[in-house]
Amino acid sequence: MWKLLKIELFKIFKRPRTYIAFGAIAAIVFLIQVALKFDGKSYVDLLMSNLSGSFEFSDEFKNKLLNGYLICFVILNTLLIQMPLLVALIAGDSIAGEANMGTLRLSLTKPVSRTQYMLVKFAASVVYTLALLIWMAALALFGSMLIFGTNDMVVLRSEGIEQMKDFDVLWRYVAAFGYAAVALTTVSALAFLLSVFAENSIGPIIATMSIVIVFTILSEMNIPIYDKTIKPYLFTSHMVAWKGFFYVKADAEGTTINGSIENLPAVLRSLGILVAYIVLFFSTAVWVFRKKDILT
Amino acid sequence: MKRIFFIGLFIFIVFSSAGQAAEDIINKVKAKLEKVNDYEAKGKMKTNVVFIKAPIANVKVYYKKPNKLRINNESGISFIPKGSVNINLNNIFINTEGFDIIDVGKEAGTNLRIIKLLPKDENAEVVLSTVYVDEVQYVIKKAKTTTRENGTYELEMTYGKYAEYGLADKVSFSFNTKDYKLPKGITFDYDDGSKKEEPADKLKNKKGKVEITYSAYTINKGVPDSVFK
Repeated sequence: MWKLLKIELFKIFKRPRTYIAFGAIAAIVFLIQVALKFDGKSYVDLLMSNLSGSFEFSDEFKNKLLNGYLICFVILNTLLIQMPLLVALIAGDSIAGEANMGTLRLSLTKPVSRTQYMLVKFAASVVYTLALLIWMAALALFGSMLIFGTNDMVVLRSEGIEQMKDFDVLWRYVAAFGYAAVALTTVSALAFLLSVFAENSIGPIIATMSIVIVFTILSEMNIPIYDKTIKPYLFTSHMVAWKGFFYVKADAEGTTINGSIENLPAVLRSLGILVAYIVLFFSTAVWVFRKKDILT
Repeated sequence: MKRIFFIGLFIFIVFSSAGQAAEDIINKVKAKLEKVNDYEAKGKMKTNVVFIKAPIANVKVYYKKPNKLRINNESGISFIPKGSVNINLNNIFINTEGFDIIDVGKEAGTNLRIIKLLPKDENAEVVLSTVYVDEVQYVIKKAKTTTRENGTYELEMTYGKYAEYGLADKVSFSFNTKDYKLPKGITFDYDDGSKKEEPADKLKNKKGKVEITYSAYTINKGVPDSVFK
Protein backbone atom coordinates (compact mmCIF):
# COMPACT_ATOMS: atom_id res chain seq x y z
CA MET A 1 0.00 0.00 0.00
CA TRP A 2 2.74 2.43 1.05
CA LYS A 3 4.70 1.65 -2.12
CA LEU A 4 1.60 2.21 -4.22
CA LEU A 5 0.96 5.52 -2.49
CA LYS A 6 4.52 6.60 -3.20
CA ILE A 7 4.02 5.73 -6.87
CA GLU A 8 0.77 7.72 -6.99
CA LEU A 9 2.39 10.71 -5.30
CA PHE A 10 5.33 10.48 -7.70
CA LYS A 11 2.87 10.53 -10.60
CA ILE A 12 1.04 13.57 -9.22
CA PHE A 13 4.12 15.60 -8.40
CA LYS A 14 5.94 14.65 -11.60
CA ARG A 15 3.30 16.31 -13.77
CA PRO A 16 3.98 20.01 -14.46
CA ARG A 17 0.26 20.92 -14.26
CA THR A 18 0.27 19.96 -10.57
CA TYR A 19 2.36 23.04 -9.92
CA ILE A 20 -0.09 25.36 -11.69
CA ALA A 21 -2.16 25.36 -8.49
CA PHE A 22 0.88 26.20 -6.34
CA GLY A 23 1.79 29.00 -8.77
CA ALA A 24 -1.78 30.33 -8.83
CA ILE A 25 -1.94 30.45 -5.04
CA ALA A 26 1.44 32.18 -4.80
CA ALA A 27 0.33 34.76 -7.40
CA ILE A 28 -3.00 35.52 -5.71
CA VAL A 29 -1.46 35.77 -2.24
CA PHE A 30 1.37 37.97 -3.51
CA LEU A 31 -1.02 40.29 -5.40
CA ILE A 32 -3.28 40.73 -2.37
CA GLN A 33 -0.31 41.38 -0.09
CA VAL A 34 1.18 43.97 -2.48
CA ALA A 35 -2.19 45.71 -2.89
CA LEU A 36 -2.77 45.91 0.87
CA LYS A 37 0.80 46.95 1.58
CA PHE A 38 0.57 49.96 -0.71
CA ASP A 39 -3.13 50.82 -0.58
CA GLY A 40 -4.34 49.11 2.56
CA LYS A 41 -5.58 52.34 4.12
CA SER A 42 -8.16 52.79 1.36
CA TYR A 43 -9.32 49.24 2.03
CA VAL A 44 -9.66 49.99 5.76
CA ASP A 45 -11.54 53.21 4.94
CA LEU A 46 -13.97 51.18 2.85
CA LEU A 47 -14.48 48.58 5.58
CA MET A 48 -14.83 51.17 8.32
CA SER A 49 -16.96 53.66 6.39
CA ASN A 50 -19.94 52.49 8.41
CA LEU A 51 -18.24 53.41 11.65
CA SER A 52 -16.54 56.65 10.68
CA GLY A 53 -19.43 58.66 12.13
CA SER A 54 -18.88 57.24 15.60
CA PHE A 55 -15.16 56.46 15.82
CA GLU A 56 -11.85 58.09 14.98
CA PHE A 57 -9.55 56.12 12.71
CA SER A 58 -6.03 57.52 12.82
CA ASP A 59 -3.27 56.36 10.49
CA GLU A 60 -1.74 54.55 13.44
CA PHE A 61 -5.01 52.64 13.95
CA LYS A 62 -5.12 51.67 10.27
CA ASN A 63 -1.50 50.50 10.31
CA LYS A 64 -2.13 48.38 13.37
CA LEU A 65 -5.35 46.98 11.92
CA LEU A 66 -3.61 45.94 8.70
CA ASN A 67 -1.48 43.32 10.39
CA GLY A 68 -0.52 39.85 9.17
CA TYR A 69 -3.45 38.17 10.89
CA LEU A 70 -6.07 40.35 9.17
CA ILE A 71 -4.32 40.06 5.80
CA CYS A 72 -4.31 36.27 6.09
CA PHE A 73 -8.02 36.32 6.94
CA VAL A 74 -8.74 38.45 3.85
CA ILE A 75 -6.69 36.05 1.69
CA LEU A 76 -8.44 32.98 3.09
CA ASN A 77 -11.81 34.65 2.55
CA THR A 78 -10.92 35.09 -1.11
CA LEU A 79 -8.96 31.93 -1.78
CA LEU A 80 -11.00 29.29 -0.06
CA ILE A 81 -13.74 29.99 -2.60
CA GLN A 82 -11.33 29.38 -5.51
CA MET A 83 -9.36 26.54 -3.95
CA PRO A 84 -11.94 23.84 -4.81
CA LEU A 85 -11.10 24.30 -8.50
CA LEU A 86 -7.43 23.65 -7.81
CA VAL A 87 -8.23 20.62 -5.68
CA ALA A 88 -10.61 19.23 -8.30
CA LEU A 89 -7.84 19.45 -10.91
CA ILE A 90 -6.04 16.50 -9.34
CA ALA A 91 -8.86 14.57 -7.65
CA GLY A 92 -11.05 14.71 -10.77
CA ASP A 93 -8.16 13.32 -12.80
CA SER A 94 -7.21 10.43 -10.52
CA ILE A 95 -9.42 7.67 -12.03
CA ALA A 96 -10.70 9.37 -15.19
CA GLY A 97 -7.12 10.34 -16.15
CA GLU A 98 -5.99 6.71 -15.94
CA ALA A 99 -9.02 5.66 -18.00
CA ASN A 100 -8.26 8.34 -20.55
CA MET A 101 -4.65 7.25 -20.91
CA GLY A 102 -5.71 3.59 -21.08
CA THR A 103 -3.65 2.60 -18.04
CA LEU A 104 -6.49 1.84 -15.61
CA ARG A 105 -6.86 -1.82 -16.57
CA LEU A 106 -3.09 -2.24 -16.47
CA SER A 107 -2.92 -0.68 -13.01
CA LEU A 108 -5.51 -3.13 -11.75
CA THR A 109 -3.42 -6.10 -12.82
CA LYS A 110 -1.25 -5.44 -9.76
CA PRO A 111 -1.91 -7.69 -6.75
CA VAL A 112 -4.09 -5.17 -4.92
CA SER A 113 -7.84 -5.12 -4.48
CA ARG A 114 -9.92 -2.44 -6.14
CA THR A 115 -10.76 -1.01 -2.70
CA GLN A 116 -7.07 -0.73 -1.84
CA TYR A 117 -6.42 0.86 -5.22
CA MET A 118 -9.15 3.43 -4.58
CA LEU A 119 -7.85 4.07 -1.07
CA VAL A 120 -4.38 4.79 -2.41
CA LYS A 121 -5.70 7.03 -5.20
CA PHE A 122 -7.83 9.01 -2.74
CA ALA A 123 -5.03 9.22 -0.18
CA ALA A 124 -2.74 10.68 -2.88
CA SER A 125 -5.41 13.34 -3.68
CA VAL A 126 -5.68 14.17 0.03
CA VAL A 127 -1.89 14.51 0.33
CA TYR A 128 -1.94 16.89 -2.64
CA THR A 129 -4.77 18.90 -1.01
CA LEU A 130 -2.84 19.12 2.26
CA ALA A 131 0.33 20.17 0.45
CA LEU A 132 -1.60 22.92 -1.30
CA LEU A 133 -3.07 24.09 2.00
CA ILE A 134 0.30 24.06 3.77
CA TRP A 135 1.72 26.08 0.87
CA MET A 136 -1.11 28.57 1.24
CA ALA A 137 -0.67 28.75 5.04
CA ALA A 138 3.04 29.39 4.62
CA LEU A 139 2.49 32.22 2.16
CA ALA A 140 -0.72 33.74 3.48
CA LEU A 141 -0.14 33.46 7.21
CA PHE A 142 3.61 33.42 7.78
CA GLY A 143 4.33 35.57 4.72
CA SER A 144 1.82 38.20 5.87
CA MET A 145 3.12 38.05 9.44
CA LEU A 146 6.59 38.71 8.07
CA ILE A 147 5.52 41.59 5.81
CA PHE A 148 2.86 43.25 7.97
CA GLY A 149 3.82 42.16 11.50
CA THR A 150 1.31 41.05 14.11
CA ASN A 151 -1.19 42.81 16.32
CA ASP A 152 -4.69 42.31 17.65
CA MET A 153 -7.01 40.80 15.07
CA VAL A 154 -10.28 42.42 14.04
CA VAL A 155 -12.88 40.40 12.14
CA LEU A 156 -15.77 42.21 10.51
CA ARG A 157 -19.10 40.40 10.39
CA SER A 158 -22.23 41.70 8.77
CA GLU A 159 -23.72 42.72 12.13
CA GLY A 160 -20.74 43.14 14.41
CA ILE A 161 -17.03 43.33 15.00
CA GLU A 162 -14.91 40.72 16.76
CA GLN A 163 -11.57 41.69 18.24
CA MET A 164 -8.99 39.29 19.61
CA LYS A 165 -5.68 39.93 21.38
CA ASP A 166 -2.65 38.98 19.28
CA PHE A 167 -1.63 36.12 21.62
CA ASP A 168 -5.10 34.63 21.12
CA VAL A 169 -4.95 34.35 17.31
CA LEU A 170 -2.35 31.83 16.16
CA TRP A 171 -4.07 28.76 17.62
CA ARG A 172 -7.26 29.85 15.83
CA TYR A 173 -5.40 29.77 12.51
CA VAL A 174 -4.06 26.28 13.28
CA ALA A 175 -7.65 25.16 13.95
CA ALA A 176 -8.98 27.02 10.89
CA PHE A 177 -6.40 25.47 8.54
CA GLY A 178 -7.15 22.05 10.03
CA TYR A 179 -10.83 22.66 9.33
CA ALA A 180 -10.08 23.94 5.81
CA ALA A 181 -8.18 20.69 5.16
CA VAL A 182 -11.35 18.71 5.91
CA ALA A 183 -13.47 21.14 3.82
CA LEU A 184 -11.20 20.81 0.79
CA THR A 185 -11.00 17.05 1.24
CA THR A 186 -14.80 17.05 0.84
CA VAL A 187 -14.41 18.71 -2.56
CA SER A 188 -11.61 16.29 -3.35
CA ALA A 189 -13.88 13.35 -2.45
CA LEU A 190 -16.66 14.73 -4.68
CA ALA A 191 -14.28 15.14 -7.63
CA PHE A 192 -12.91 11.66 -6.92
CA LEU A 193 -16.42 10.19 -6.99
CA LEU A 194 -17.26 11.92 -10.27
CA SER A 195 -13.94 10.76 -11.67
CA VAL A 196 -15.10 7.13 -11.38
CA PHE A 197 -17.93 7.77 -13.83
CA ALA A 198 -15.86 9.46 -16.53
CA GLU A 199 -13.19 8.47 -18.97
CA ASN A 200 -11.92 11.99 -19.45
CA SER A 201 -10.77 14.18 -16.56
CA ILE A 202 -12.31 17.42 -17.92
CA GLY A 203 -15.83 16.17 -17.14
CA PRO A 204 -15.34 15.49 -13.40
CA ILE A 205 -13.35 18.71 -12.94
CA ILE A 206 -16.03 20.87 -14.57
CA ALA A 207 -18.86 18.97 -12.90
CA THR A 208 -17.21 19.41 -9.47
CA MET A 209 -16.73 23.12 -10.03
CA SER A 210 -20.31 23.52 -11.26
CA ILE A 211 -21.66 21.78 -8.17
CA VAL A 212 -19.46 23.86 -5.86
CA ILE A 213 -20.46 27.12 -7.59
CA VAL A 214 -24.21 26.37 -7.55
CA PHE A 215 -24.11 25.18 -3.94
CA THR A 216 -22.01 28.19 -2.86
CA ILE A 217 -24.49 30.59 -4.45
CA LEU A 218 -27.35 28.79 -2.70
CA SER A 219 -25.43 28.88 0.60
CA GLU A 220 -24.82 32.62 0.38
CA MET A 221 -28.30 33.61 -0.79
CA ASN A 222 -30.56 35.07 1.87
CA ILE A 223 -33.84 33.50 0.86
CA PRO A 224 -35.84 32.30 3.89
CA ILE A 225 -37.33 29.30 2.09
CA TYR A 226 -33.81 27.88 1.53
CA ASP A 227 -32.49 28.72 5.00
CA LYS A 228 -33.99 25.70 6.73
CA THR A 229 -34.78 23.43 3.81
CA ILE A 230 -31.70 23.35 1.60
CA LYS A 231 -28.83 25.30 3.16
CA PRO A 232 -28.20 23.07 6.21
CA TYR A 233 -27.68 20.07 3.91
CA LEU A 234 -25.30 21.65 1.43
CA PHE A 235 -21.66 20.88 2.16
CA THR A 236 -20.73 24.37 0.92
CA SER A 237 -22.73 25.91 3.82
CA HIS A 238 -20.35 24.13 6.20
CA MET A 239 -17.13 24.80 4.28
CA VAL A 240 -16.98 28.37 5.66
CA ALA A 241 -17.25 27.18 9.26
CA TRP A 242 -13.48 27.71 9.68
CA LYS A 243 -14.53 31.30 10.39
CA GLY A 244 -16.29 30.06 13.51
CA PHE A 245 -12.85 29.87 15.16
CA PHE A 246 -12.60 33.66 14.80
CA TYR A 247 -16.01 34.39 16.33
CA VAL A 248 -15.43 34.96 20.03
CA LYS A 249 -17.57 34.99 23.14
CA ALA A 250 -17.96 38.21 25.11
CA ASP A 251 -19.18 38.99 28.60
CA ALA A 252 -22.29 41.07 29.34
CA GLU A 253 -20.33 44.29 28.77
CA GLY A 254 -18.98 43.25 25.38
CA THR A 255 -15.47 42.37 26.58
CA THR A 256 -13.89 39.57 24.56
CA ILE A 257 -13.23 36.36 26.49
CA ASN A 258 -9.74 35.21 25.52
CA GLY A 259 -9.49 31.67 24.16
CA SER A 260 -13.24 31.36 23.59
CA ILE A 261 -15.22 30.33 20.52
CA GLU A 262 -18.73 31.74 20.16
CA ASN A 263 -20.40 28.52 19.02
CA LEU A 264 -18.01 25.56 19.11
CA PRO A 265 -20.80 22.93 18.96
CA ALA A 266 -21.98 24.43 15.65
CA VAL A 267 -18.44 24.33 14.22
CA LEU A 268 -18.04 20.72 15.34
CA ARG A 269 -21.44 19.85 13.87
CA SER A 270 -20.38 21.38 10.55
CA LEU A 271 -17.12 19.40 10.76
CA GLY A 272 -19.10 16.21 11.36
CA ILE A 273 -21.31 16.93 8.35
CA LEU A 274 -18.24 17.40 6.12
CA VAL A 275 -16.68 14.15 7.40
CA ALA A 276 -20.00 12.39 6.68
CA TYR A 277 -19.93 13.80 3.12
CA ILE A 278 -16.34 12.56 2.66
CA VAL A 279 -17.31 9.08 3.84
CA LEU A 280 -20.41 9.12 1.61
CA PHE A 281 -18.57 10.29 -1.53
CA PHE A 282 -15.61 7.97 -1.04
CA SER A 283 -17.61 4.86 -0.15
CA THR A 284 -19.93 5.48 -3.12
CA ALA A 285 -16.89 5.85 -5.37
CA VAL A 286 -15.46 2.55 -4.07
CA TRP A 287 -18.81 0.80 -4.40
CA VAL A 288 -19.27 1.99 -8.01
CA PHE A 289 -15.66 1.21 -8.93
CA ARG A 290 -15.85 -2.32 -7.51
CA LYS A 291 -18.87 -3.01 -9.69
CA LYS A 292 -17.53 -1.21 -12.75
CA ASP A 293 -16.65 -3.05 -15.89
CA ILE A 294 -13.22 -1.65 -16.70
CA LEU A 295 -12.60 -1.60 -20.41
CA THR A 296 -9.70 0.87 -20.75
CA MET B 1 -47.46 97.23 48.25
CA LYS B 2 -44.72 97.03 50.88
CA ARG B 3 -45.24 93.28 51.16
CA ILE B 4 -44.86 92.80 47.38
CA PHE B 5 -41.65 94.87 47.44
CA PHE B 6 -40.14 92.74 50.22
CA ILE B 7 -41.14 89.49 48.54
CA GLY B 8 -39.56 90.72 45.27
CA LEU B 9 -36.43 91.82 47.12
CA PHE B 10 -36.20 88.41 48.86
CA ILE B 11 -36.53 86.51 45.55
CA PHE B 12 -33.88 88.75 43.93
CA ILE B 13 -31.46 88.24 46.85
CA VAL B 14 -31.98 84.47 46.94
CA PHE B 15 -31.55 84.00 43.19
CA SER B 16 -28.68 86.43 42.76
CA SER B 17 -26.78 84.87 45.68
CA ALA B 18 -27.43 81.38 44.29
CA GLY B 19 -26.14 82.51 40.85
CA GLN B 20 -23.10 83.97 42.50
CA ALA B 21 -22.47 80.76 44.35
CA ALA B 22 -22.71 78.74 41.12
CA GLU B 23 -20.17 81.03 39.49
CA ASP B 24 -17.91 80.65 42.51
CA ILE B 25 -18.18 76.89 42.33
CA ILE B 26 -17.36 76.91 38.63
CA ASN B 27 -14.38 79.18 39.24
CA LYS B 28 -13.06 76.89 41.97
CA VAL B 29 -13.47 73.85 39.71
CA LYS B 30 -11.72 75.69 36.86
CA ALA B 31 -8.90 76.80 39.14
CA LYS B 32 -8.29 73.19 40.12
CA LEU B 33 -8.24 72.03 36.50
CA GLU B 34 -5.96 74.88 35.48
CA LYS B 35 -3.25 73.58 37.77
CA VAL B 36 -2.69 70.91 35.13
CA ASN B 37 -0.76 72.03 32.05
CA ASP B 38 -0.21 68.52 30.73
CA TYR B 39 -0.31 64.93 31.85
CA GLU B 40 0.44 61.42 30.78
CA ALA B 41 -1.74 58.76 32.33
CA LYS B 42 -1.68 54.98 32.23
CA GLY B 43 -4.90 53.06 32.40
CA LYS B 44 -7.12 50.24 31.26
CA MET B 45 -9.85 50.92 28.73
CA LYS B 46 -13.02 48.92 28.42
CA THR B 47 -15.19 49.39 25.31
CA ASN B 48 -18.88 48.64 25.59
CA VAL B 49 -20.60 49.09 22.22
CA VAL B 50 -23.48 46.83 21.21
CA PHE B 51 -21.87 45.65 17.95
CA ILE B 52 -18.23 45.44 19.11
CA LYS B 53 -16.60 42.66 21.07
CA ALA B 54 -13.26 44.02 22.24
CA PRO B 55 -10.73 43.03 24.88
CA ILE B 56 -9.71 45.34 27.73
CA ALA B 57 -6.87 47.51 26.45
CA ASN B 58 -3.84 48.99 28.19
CA VAL B 59 -3.84 52.64 27.16
CA LYS B 60 -1.85 55.78 27.68
CA VAL B 61 -3.74 59.07 27.71
CA TYR B 62 -1.85 62.24 26.87
CA TYR B 63 -3.16 65.74 27.52
CA LYS B 64 -1.76 69.17 26.86
CA LYS B 65 -3.39 72.56 27.33
CA PRO B 66 -5.63 73.92 25.99
CA ASN B 67 -7.43 71.00 24.35
CA LYS B 68 -5.03 68.38 23.01
CA LEU B 69 -5.87 64.86 24.05
CA ARG B 70 -4.77 61.52 22.69
CA ILE B 71 -5.62 57.97 23.74
CA ASN B 72 -2.96 55.49 22.63
CA ASN B 73 -3.25 51.75 22.84
CA GLU B 74 0.39 50.93 23.48
CA SER B 75 0.35 47.41 22.11
CA GLY B 76 -2.97 46.57 20.49
CA ILE B 77 -5.92 48.13 18.69
CA SER B 78 -8.66 50.23 20.27
CA PHE B 79 -11.76 51.77 18.78
CA ILE B 80 -11.60 55.36 20.02
CA PRO B 81 -14.97 57.15 19.89
CA LYS B 82 -15.30 60.53 18.27
CA GLY B 83 -15.46 63.31 20.81
CA SER B 84 -13.21 61.45 23.23
CA VAL B 85 -11.34 64.75 23.67
CA ASN B 86 -14.22 65.60 26.00
CA ILE B 87 -12.93 63.21 28.64
CA ASN B 88 -10.66 66.10 29.48
CA LEU B 89 -12.90 68.30 31.62
CA ASN B 90 -11.02 71.47 30.71
CA ASN B 91 -12.65 71.12 27.33
CA ILE B 92 -16.00 72.09 28.85
CA PHE B 93 -14.66 75.51 29.78
CA ILE B 94 -12.93 76.33 26.52
CA ASN B 95 -15.03 79.09 25.13
CA THR B 96 -13.69 82.46 24.16
CA GLU B 97 -16.88 84.36 24.82
CA GLY B 98 -17.73 82.80 28.17
CA PHE B 99 -20.93 81.22 29.47
CA ASP B 100 -24.23 82.02 30.97
CA ILE B 101 -24.32 80.04 34.19
CA ILE B 102 -27.63 78.62 35.38
CA ASP B 103 -27.88 77.10 38.82
CA VAL B 104 -30.40 74.27 38.75
CA GLY B 105 -30.01 73.34 42.40
CA LYS B 106 -29.01 70.07 43.99
CA GLU B 107 -29.55 66.59 42.61
CA ALA B 108 -31.85 64.57 44.80
CA GLY B 109 -30.04 61.78 46.57
CA THR B 110 -26.45 62.69 45.62
CA ASN B 111 -26.35 66.29 46.86
CA LEU B 112 -24.36 67.26 43.76
CA ARG B 113 -24.84 70.82 42.50
CA ILE B 114 -26.30 70.89 39.01
CA ILE B 115 -25.03 73.80 36.94
CA LYS B 116 -25.81 74.46 33.31
CA LEU B 117 -23.32 76.28 31.11
CA LEU B 118 -24.72 78.01 28.04
CA PRO B 119 -22.02 79.30 25.67
CA LYS B 120 -22.50 82.96 24.79
CA ASP B 121 -21.07 82.28 21.35
CA GLU B 122 -24.07 81.22 19.27
CA ASN B 123 -21.87 79.40 16.79
CA ALA B 124 -19.98 77.34 19.36
CA GLU B 125 -19.80 73.58 18.71
CA VAL B 126 -21.01 72.92 22.26
CA VAL B 127 -24.62 73.96 22.63
CA LEU B 128 -25.08 73.14 26.31
CA SER B 129 -23.08 71.58 29.12
CA THR B 130 -24.60 70.38 32.34
CA VAL B 131 -22.15 69.63 35.13
CA TYR B 132 -22.79 67.94 38.45
CA VAL B 133 -20.32 69.33 40.96
CA ASP B 134 -19.20 67.93 44.28
CA GLU B 135 -19.19 71.06 46.45
CA VAL B 136 -16.85 69.59 49.04
CA GLN B 137 -14.00 68.57 46.71
CA TYR B 138 -14.87 71.04 43.91
CA VAL B 139 -14.70 68.38 41.24
CA ILE B 140 -17.13 67.52 38.43
CA LYS B 141 -18.66 64.13 39.10
CA LYS B 142 -20.93 64.02 36.05
CA ALA B 143 -21.18 66.07 32.87
CA LYS B 144 -23.50 66.04 29.91
CA THR B 145 -22.42 67.93 26.79
CA THR B 146 -24.71 68.51 23.85
CA THR B 147 -22.88 69.37 20.65
CA ARG B 148 -24.12 70.86 17.42
CA GLU B 149 -22.86 68.05 15.15
CA ASN B 150 -21.91 65.01 17.20
CA GLY B 151 -24.83 64.40 19.51
CA THR B 152 -24.63 64.21 23.28
CA TYR B 153 -21.71 62.98 25.36
CA GLU B 154 -22.03 61.95 28.96
CA LEU B 155 -19.21 61.66 31.45
CA GLU B 156 -19.07 60.12 34.88
CA MET B 157 -16.01 60.43 37.05
CA THR B 158 -14.75 58.80 40.21
CA TYR B 159 -11.96 60.58 42.07
CA GLY B 160 -9.13 59.36 44.27
CA LYS B 161 -5.60 60.52 44.90
CA TYR B 162 -5.49 63.00 41.99
CA ALA B 163 -8.65 64.88 43.05
CA GLU B 164 -6.60 67.96 44.01
CA TYR B 165 -5.86 68.40 40.29
CA GLY B 166 -9.42 67.62 39.29
CA LEU B 167 -8.21 64.42 37.59
CA ALA B 168 -10.37 61.33 37.89
CA ASP B 169 -9.29 57.78 38.73
CA LYS B 170 -12.06 56.45 36.56
CA VAL B 171 -13.87 58.05 33.64
CA SER B 172 -16.92 56.64 31.92
CA PHE B 173 -17.63 58.26 28.56
CA SER B 174 -20.97 57.60 26.86
CA PHE B 175 -21.57 58.56 23.25
CA ASN B 176 -24.06 58.02 20.45
CA THR B 177 -23.29 55.26 17.95
CA LYS B 178 -24.68 55.09 14.45
CA ASP B 179 -26.07 51.86 13.04
CA TYR B 180 -23.60 49.24 11.84
CA LYS B 181 -24.19 46.77 9.00
CA LEU B 182 -22.01 45.27 6.28
CA PRO B 183 -23.39 43.31 3.32
CA LYS B 184 -23.02 39.53 3.70
CA GLY B 185 -21.60 39.49 0.18
CA ILE B 186 -18.50 41.21 1.59
CA THR B 187 -18.15 39.38 4.88
CA PHE B 188 -19.21 35.84 3.76
CA ASP B 189 -20.31 35.14 7.33
CA TYR B 190 -20.56 31.62 8.66
CA ASP B 191 -24.17 31.06 9.62
CA ASP B 192 -24.08 28.62 12.53
CA GLY B 193 -27.86 28.30 12.55
CA SER B 194 -28.23 30.06 15.90
CA LYS B 195 -29.47 33.33 14.44
CA LYS B 196 -31.35 35.21 17.11
CA GLU B 197 -34.39 37.24 16.22
CA GLU B 198 -33.39 40.77 17.15
CA PRO B 199 -35.58 43.84 16.97
CA ALA B 200 -34.91 45.74 13.75
CA ASP B 201 -33.49 48.76 15.57
CA LYS B 202 -31.24 46.78 17.91
CA LEU B 203 -28.04 47.99 16.30
CA LYS B 204 -29.29 51.45 15.47
CA ASN B 205 -28.52 54.65 17.33
CA LYS B 206 -27.50 53.02 20.58
CA LYS B 207 -25.33 54.52 23.27
CA GLY B 208 -21.77 53.29 23.41
CA LYS B 209 -19.59 53.53 26.48
CA VAL B 210 -15.87 53.65 27.06
CA GLU B 211 -14.49 53.30 30.57
CA ILE B 212 -10.92 54.24 31.44
CA THR B 213 -9.56 53.28 34.84
CA TYR B 214 -6.34 55.17 35.47
CA SER B 215 -3.54 53.64 37.47
CA ALA B 216 -1.10 56.58 37.47
CA TYR B 217 -0.75 60.16 36.25
CA THR B 218 2.45 62.02 35.46
CA ILE B 219 1.41 65.66 35.82
CA ASN B 220 3.13 68.77 34.47
CA LYS B 221 6.29 67.00 33.35
CA GLY B 222 5.85 68.04 29.70
CA VAL B 223 4.32 66.13 26.80
CA PRO B 224 5.83 66.60 23.31
CA ASP B 225 3.51 67.85 20.57
CA SER B 226 4.57 64.93 18.38
CA VAL B 227 2.40 62.65 20.55
CA PHE B 228 -0.75 64.33 19.26
CA LYS B 229 0.03 63.96 15.55
